[in-house]
Amino acid sequence: MFGRMSLFGSSYSFRSVKMYEHFSKGLHVSTCFKTINKSNLENISKTYHEDKTVDFGFQTIPASEKAQRVHKVFENVASNYDIMNDVMSVGIHRIWKDYFVKKMFPLPPGTKVIDVAGGTGDIAFRMLQSIERQNKHLNINVTDANESRKNSSILISDINQAMLDVGRERAIKMNLQSDMLSWLCADAQQLPLADNSFDLYTIAFGIRNVTEVSKALDEAYRILRPGGRFLCLEFSHVKNPLLKWVYDTYSFQIIPPLGEVVAGDWKSYQYLVESIRKFPTQDRFKDMIEEAGFRSVKYENLTFGVVTIHSGYKI
Amino acid sequence: MLAKNLITCHNRVSVALIQRLYTTTTQTPYILSWIKEEITKKSEPLYDGHIPINLLQRAVLSVGSSIVSLTDPARGDMIAVNGESSGHSALVRMQRKMLESEEGQQILMERPKINSSTVDIEKLKSYPDGTLGREYTKFLEVNNVSPDTRLPVRFVDDVDLAYVMQRYRETHDLVHTLLGCPTNMLGEVAVKWVEALQTGLPMCIGGAVFGPIRLKPKNRSTYLSKYLPWAIRVGSTSSFLMNVFYERRWEQDITELRDELKIETPPGFL
Repeated sequence: MFGRMSLFGSSYSFRSVKMYEHFSKGLHVSTCFKTINKSNLENISKTYHEDKTVDFGFQTIPASEKAQRVHKVFENVASNYDIMNDVMSVGIHRIWKDYFVKKMFPLPPGTKVIDVAGGTGDIAFRMLQSIERQNKHLNINVTDANESRKNSSILISDINQAMLDVGRERAIKMNLQSDMLSWLCADAQQLPLADNSFDLYTIAFGIRNVTEVSKALDEAYRILRPGGRFLCLEFSHVKNPLLKWVYDTYSFQIIPPLGEVVAGDWKSYQYLVESIRKFPTQDRFKDMIEEAGFRSVKYENLTFGVVTIHSGYKI
Repeated sequence: MLAKNLITCHNRVSVALIQRLYTTTTQTPYILSWIKEEITKKSEPLYDGHIPINLLQRAVLSVGSSIVSLTDPARGDMIAVNGESSGHSALVRMQRKMLESEEGQQILMERPKINSSTVDIEKLKSYPDGTLGREYTKFLEVNNVSPDTRLPVRFVDDVDLAYVMQRYRETHDLVHTLLGCPTNMLGEVAVKWVEALQTGLPMCIGGAVFGPIRLKPKNRSTYLSKYLPWAIRVGSTSSFLMNVFYERRWEQDITELRDELKIETPPGFL
């Protein structure tokens, strides 16, 4: 009716509610997804002013280029993503992710979760297993057709189709085909989803790759319902000087050569470790989350600040 | 200070020890920071595609690439990376040997490259049988390889040595042709022996020593009795193959070229 949708989602203009309800219902079918091909990426980049520059690791590039270059990095690393995570973090990333998922529980039945930048599905699969375990433990019966709306649902979204493909293969390999999972290829700064439609928004190791973090935070605020929770797991800054030296040496001296040896790609891993350094500190990121409108924002450091969980509520 | 006439033999030793201890303890921070700098320093790229690396990264690359090239034969890029990361002193030696020969000097000055745009493969196919050009194109066809599949050099921290490495990589197929070795395991190992003896690159030595592990049992006896002795003889007695300006010798008869380079006639490969 008043159809103008603003691209920069922080304004809550009137919109055609019916159209979006229909679209978001369709998302619960697991095979339905919208592809972002190269031309869409160009459309996204056109939304930036020509002179605006952003960080790409330690380089500075025009904002319009960043989306494409990040896309290329993840296209290159997608097939080796999981094995490289294991090699680089010596398996510790599994502990971080398990702890992160534990922080979300208990989840009431019927929770709608969106896992943004969730490509290969690590977080979503853990959530799925925990929900099933929780339901069994609490004897919640969700198989009744009338009660199907009481079933939780997880939407996995990622800007990169290659990562989503890897995720779907993993789901099949792990026998995790479920009605609860759906997949969407979309940009975290411009999610094609209705306002106030999710109860839990999670993003793990994805927000630092977004061109403008504040836009992603605004989108998160928009699509969460009042009372909804924002949870972010991300690499952050180590304060302790000695540990910081060890961490820096390991990141810059060992990870890119390991990337070359295991995956044949030095530059992508160089970008990844540089982008970690460029990301705002824990307190600054907390401020940014508060600027997007979230309240009761807290953060928790894991492994001395190598990784941090930020949490906020739309109150 | 101690008066000289009070310094006995024992005092002299203890004075020397105390002096050494003093030097070491005060200089330790500088020594440590020198080590840290050596290990972690970064410099600017010197040529297209150059990724400057320091000692620690070089160590990780050499060790990692040797392990992966032994365990995963599909990773040809790991063999290339191994050569680049561990080959510095060998490259210096190769460059010196090239500079000692006139033809080698010309190669280093003109810096020719071998790929499908610089070498006219169709024209070489039209040359008479027995010429270097024709045998080379026959080799490319029979073994289904192309001169374009060579990776660019990335980890050599000197422009001239990077060219020597690039030239080594690009002439590898021509060495195969000269030695009459196909691209199966036996042929590759034989070529690696020759290259190891001539160039001294650790990657070649590793390939020559560990490559035969992958030989099928039926090939092992012929390898040990026929091909290995031949390869060692050729590697030690023939002239330095990097000094051959192949681009000027396409029309030369290959047997004549082999005589000129003192390469023994290759045994038949199955």
